[in-house]
Amino acid sequence: MATRNYPRLWALWIASTLIGVVILAKVLANGEDKRVFMPGPLSHGHHQIELACNACHVDAFGGGEVMEDACERCHGDQREKPLDSHPKAKFRDPRNADRIAKLNVMRCVTCHVEHQPEMLKGAGYTQPIDFCFHCHEDIAENRPTHAGLGFETCNSAGCHNYHNNRALYEDWLLRHQDEPDLLPVADRGLPGRDFGDVLDQLMDYPRKAYPVAALSLADADAPDAARSDAINRDWLETSHAAAGVNCSACHQPPGDDSEPGAWTDKPDHQACAGCHGAEVDGFTRGLHGMRQADAVGEVVKRPLERMTPADARLPMQPDAKHSALNCTSCHGAHRFDTAAASVDACLGCHADEHSIAYVGSPHHRLWQQEQAGELPAGSGVSCATCHMPRVEFEPNAWMERILVQHNQSATLRPNEKMIRPACQHCHGLGFSIDALADPALIANNFRGRPAVHIESIDMAKANEARAQAELQAELEAR
Amino acid sequence: MKTLHKLSLTAAVAAVAAGTFAVADMPEEAAEPSITPRAMADALHLVMDSDRTVYTRKIVNRLAAKDKVITASEHYDDEKALVLPAQMFRYGSEMVAERAEEKPDVNFSYSLQSLWPVNKQNAPRTDAEKEGLQYVADHKGENYYTVETLGDIKYFTAVYPDVAVAPVCVSCHNEHKDSPKRDFEIGDVMGGVVIRIPMEG
Repeated sequence: MATRNYPRLWALWIASTLIGVVILAKVLANGEDKRVFMPGPLSHGHHQIELACNACHVDAFGGGEVMEDACERCHGDQREKPLDSHPKAKFRDPRNADRIAKLNVMRCVTCHVEHQPEMLKGAGYTQPIDFCFHCHEDIAENRPTHAGLGFETCNSAGCHNYHNNRALYEDWLLRHQDEPDLLPVADRGLPGRDFGDVLDQLMDYPRKAYPVAALSLADADAPDAARSDAINRDWLETSHAAAGVNCSACHQPPGDDSEPGAWTDKPDHQACAGCHGAEVDGFTRGLHGMRQADAVGEVVKRPLERMTPADARLPMQPDAKHSALNCTSCHGAHRFDTAAASVDACLGCHADEHSIAYVGSPHHRLWQQEQAGELPAGSGVSCATCHMPRVEFEPNAWMERILVQHNQSATLRPNEKMIRPACQHCHGLGFSIDALADPALIANNFRGRPAVHIESIDMAKANEARAQAELQAELEAR
Repeated sequence: MKTLHKLSLTAAVAAVAAGTFAVADMPEEAAEPSITPRAMADALHLVMDSDRTVYTRKIVNRLAAKDKVITASEHYDDEKALVLPAQMFRYGSEMVAERAEEKPDVNFSYSLQSLWPVNKQNAPRTDAEKEGLQYVADHKGENYYTVETLGDIKYFTAVYPDVAVAPVCVSCHNEHKDSPKRDFEIGDVMGGVVIRIPMEG
């Protein structure tokens, strides 16, 4: 059969291919938005930095090690003991070489593959969920209570979490086994914030430039153009003036030479970090501020646009879509009202079912009563009570203080990570485990009682009874 | 037996001898291979075992059992207690693994294992571990040395007996609900320390 040539079609095909190549090359070389090259959408935890491909793909020609380095740059210090119960160091021992051959847990990307949403099993995790089997297949021999349980259930609410198994270990379950759903009033309440009490132990606090002593309006060092009555009043009425934090402390953040910099009307999060470094660190690790994370900035080498509700995947209030997130988005300069930051700021943007259901919920009513002075401080439950809990924190090797964890992801998934830093301040452990395992209860913001029961405590009790019986029998036999 | 990597040996020996990885103005002789894998493992074990004994007797047994001023607990953070001697040993071993990664010339690993482990992940896994732990349990006062291949790498593997050196060792293991053996006595071999040194070839 004779073949025909279509020279014009060929020319068109070649021309359009070349045009396509040029356009893509231009985007690749100069474009800020390179999403056209993404093989698939990023997971919930990383989509915020999807405009910064090189935050993870640091070197176009590097292999898996480059990606691993990128993971560790942001997550590395979370992957060590005591935060991680399966730290890499455990698997470097050659006795585990056969295990690594089956499932290479030395590499983050073995279990956390990005750009493949169809593989996601939740929380950025992409392996089959029965992976515990590889090392713990004989678990039922040592824990008869686990006989017959499928390995796909290890990670069910209230049970095991590969990286941090510390949240709910067996002895913790036993210690809290008989608690009522709601703890007695005397045992309820949040730990108090103690920043003011520990200032003198914080080595990097700028006490030399700003001695801890109350300031009056006459001391304020802002230029006249930057002043207003409202600003003066707000500053004077807050801890900043009371603790000697003058206008320049925030508006003239020091450069590398520690000298005050040029005046800026709108200081960014770095200005806050001068005193509130741990809070800012949490903010830049969480979904709100990760675009501003130092670890991202170091490799991306250009400032990323701040996160806005419009960029979020959760439902947001339509009129808040374009407010870029910074410390003052929630903490409103110059009052820095932490009560407003704990509820109003959140609900100003978040419009998902759980957030909307908060208003009028039992937790919200307690919060209103606390704000009205009808209940003592720390007895109300704000959004922040659970999502930005007050946790014990070691700023250095010799002290511990209470820190508001500004990384809301730190306790979000799996949600049993929230039980100790949040729920257990007021609720019994058994109730807390069940409540967080009930999606309907979470959606309606805890109006009612859990409709599910997780057997963690029952299993711990059964195992304890077995062990005690064995011990008793051996003592009698001797 | 094939010779070990020269640098790994000298660096590790220097570390054992000086207690530090920083070596200033090292004389040439110090770079000569002059130690067998067995001697290196024996030296490493001597340090580990002595530190472990001191911690168990002078810290845990003295403060928790004798003076009763603090407890020792697996959940030391929540209970504001001393770390258990086995945890002390394991954390050290994990820190060595972590730090050695930065020093490719220094290469060895060690772990505490037992035929009767409280934590089942510390039961022997390789044939050498199984034979070695059984050997040191059956032959009191003797060590076990062998060569094994793991993940395509050949190792000199030494197993040393781990002996109950204080009453707290015995009481804790005999009473622990996950302990598979409850009749230990002072002086018994309760497990073993396994040290591995990679060999060339």
